[in-house]
Amino acid sequence: MTKSLKGIKRRTLVKSGLAGILATGVAPLVLTRGTYAQEYCNAPTGDTVTLGFNVPLTGPYADEGADEQRAFELAVEHLNGEGDGGMLPTYTPSVLTGQGVLGKKVAFVTGDTQTKADAARDSARRMIERDGVVMVSGGSSSGVAIAVQGLCQEMGVIFMAALTHSNDTTGKDKKRYGFRHFFNAYQTGVAIGPSLGKAYGNDRVAYHLTSDYTWGWTTEESMIASTEKLGWKTITPVRTPVGAGDFSQYITPVLNSGADVLILNHYGFDMVNSLTQAVQFGLKDKMVNGKQFEIVVPLVSDLMAKGAGPAMKGIYGTSNWDWQLEDAASQAFTKSFGAKYGQPPSQAAHTAYVQTLLYADACERAGTFYPPEVIKQLEGFEFDGLGNGPTLYRAADHQCFKDVLVVQGKETPSNPFDLLDHVDTASRESVTYDPAIFGGELGPDTAAMC
Amino acid sequence: MNATAKTLFSMSRRDLITLVIFALVVLAMPIWLSPLGAAYPGLMQKFAIYAIFALGFNILFGLTGYLSFGHAAFLGVGSYTAVWSFKLLSMDVIPAIIFAVILSGIFAVAIGYLSLRRTGIYFSILTLAFAQMSYNLAYSVLTPITNGETSLQLSLRDPRVLDLAFGPREPGLPSASLFGHTFSGLEAFYFCAVVLLLAFFIAQKIFSSPFGMMLRAIKSNQTRMNYAGFNTRSYAMTAFVISGMYAGLAGALLAITDPLAGAERMQWTASGEVVLMTILGGVGTLIGPVIGAWLIKYFENIFSAFNDTALTHFFGFVPDGLREVVVAISSKFVGEGWQLTLGLLFVLVVMFLPGGIMEGVRRIRGLFGSGRTPQTGAVSRPQAAE
Repeated sequence: MTKSLKGIKRRTLVKSGLAGILATGVAPLVLTRGTYAQEYCNAPTGDTVTLGFNVPLTGPYADEGADEQRAFELAVEHLNGEGDGGMLPTYTPSVLTGQGVLGKKVAFVTGDTQTKADAARDSARRMIERDGVVMVSGGSSSGVAIAVQGLCQEMGVIFMAALTHSNDTTGKDKKRYGFRHFFNAYQTGVAIGPSLGKAYGNDRVAYHLTSDYTWGWTTEESMIASTEKLGWKTITPVRTPVGAGDFSQYITPVLNSGADVLILNHYGFDMVNSLTQAVQFGLKDKMVNGKQFEIVVPLVSDLMAKGAGPAMKGIYGTSNWDWQLEDAASQAFTKSFGAKYGQPPSQAAHTAYVQTLLYADACERAGTFYPPEVIKQLEGFEFDGLGNGPTLYRAADHQCFKDVLVVQGKETPSNPFDLLDHVDTASRESVTYDPAIFGGELGPDTAAMC
Repeated sequence: MNATAKTLFSMSRRDLITLVIFALVVLAMPIWLSPLGAAYPGLMQKFAIYAIFALGFNILFGLTGYLSFGHAAFLGVGSYTAVWSFKLLSMDVIPAIIFAVILSGIFAVAIGYLSLRRTGIYFSILTLAFAQMSYNLAYSVLTPITNGETSLQLSLRDPRVLDLAFGPREPGLPSASLFGHTFSGLEAFYFCAVVLLLAFFIAQKIFSSPFGMMLRAIKSNQTRMNYAGFNTRSYAMTAFVISGMYAGLAGALLAITDPLAGAERMQWTASGEVVLMTILGGVGTLIGPVIGAWLIKYFENIFSAFNDTALTHFFGFVPDGLREVVVAISSKFVGEGWQLTLGLLFVLVVMFLPGGIMEGVRRIRGLFGSGRTPQTGAVSRPQAAE
């Protein structure tokens, strides 16, 4: 305050001024170097092409994330011609060679989404801006997947969503640069309805506990639609925060509500905790309205069944895929995954692996990594031999259409991994719907420069 | 008029040198960060933004000693306001920043009015409670405004009345712009950097002003201030609101660099993070909180991305056999274990350098005796206001 600018020596001022000019002048040159040579975001120039795998390693979906990461690493191995090739031989129509993609060796980077939208976008930006990835994959929370998908659309990098089950991902929040192989909540509702009707009758009252975010909301909506079609009644659903840990305060009111079915729209550790607690509270032993009390978990995975242990017995749910499927592709993938990691793959691992292969194959067919061309190859693509039978990547919303499995927790598991009984299959036709029902717009496919 | 302007912009030689050096360091980030693997726009923007957040927090905590445990609430309010300004009005950043700062200021007045009736731990608990309330409101009650866990995002059908009054709707999602110029990643960083320099300049002025002296007096002995006839609460209130507005500004910049606002931005962990940043860097110093913010963001973004492959590459010089052991041990501290490393660092700093990294800097400077006596003005230990 006492001395003004004049107090500084002229020499000091000139020196620091020069340094400033130099620094600001050089900085943009360093970062924009090379951008003139490329016509789209992160065009691979060397002899490798980098993919980004963005999965939750911490948070309520960490188990699924870790399994996805294993599958991504396996997929990269197979694309580069290492290992036993997994589903590469069974996949049709395939142009994959097992010698990388378009002659380039596949490399990858990983990141932790922490199951948070902010952290996931930070992580994806690091992959895109620093590591130069041409494709981002991952997920394990629809909120995160939708946030990252939006970012990828802006940056002009293709997003191959892995585990995300919300209707919104390919519904109201769909994006031209985002693709989903996994099934969605609507398909769960359609698939599980008949089995629930057969097992529990048409005169039931359902109580919903719902994860409070996009996936929970759309699952709840789809389950209500399909159970009310059966003639069931619904009690006003209760929303629970993601990662709540303790669900006892939500479960205690269930018995006095007059409901005789509890539908847990929870996933990951949330589902493990809420189901275990519901069973511990003796809900399944109660008789309500003259009927046995039942619990339903719309979306089930092996990892969750493992976490819930005996509580899972007899519980109905749906799955995208199961390692015990008999077809050659599923068998090949399970064998390959088991040999490397000593455990069968979960459905999250399966969809992560499949998405990586589908992207690589689309690049091969397009003959370039240029995103608009790759998108054209994926849109409306019909394929088989990846474990789900004949599958279509619908052009209108970038959603895959294939059979959906209805599963039930096994009463007497024969080994620690044999946890789910495959009780029914909903055909691809039955789970196909009109893309217009969810609204949303894909947006343009113009290549961006990141 | 002229005289006012002169006092507004005149500063001590020491402050001016600090500002110039700080400006050089910030603007040259793309150069000196590249060997550290952090020179990409996404992270550098975070560096600039969280530096503003920590600077503002330090005006409250560093000067008055009031430890707010709920500053993330203002960050969140700033973000939501900015995204709504993008959605409803225009993609221009100026209205977004103005609205965000004003609204977070209003929030700060409301929360400060209630919380500042207490001091010490009770004040901290009150702010924490208000922040948790804001978080829960954003998460599950006000979902039409905040979109809950799914986060508030731009959509193709946003009204954007001002933008659409001047031009047709373009295909695809728009991005933030300044007077019609759309930011690229690096330009957005330079924009944040300039805002950071302005924020730093204002913080410097506050630190060296009589007002800043009053705030320091509150920290050293509020009771004596009261007996001397000062109304300390109005001073503390002003500091609280200013620091809330800094947080709102940071929140707006977060939305500008990435138009998305999520409730987790308001969670108590985010509030705790800025406390860590400030203590790690040095409470009550100007530069300390900025360094703390950079360090924490660096750990969060770079260390968390290391995997075994990267480690094996890094330890390439270690002979085979031993390398696997080294990788196995060090992999516990990177990747998902980044918080472990940060925790260790934090414990070490608090134990051996209670004044944060800045105390370390002062000690080193004292060792080499650069002719200048070590600064004793800044308080070397975090204290709660009593």
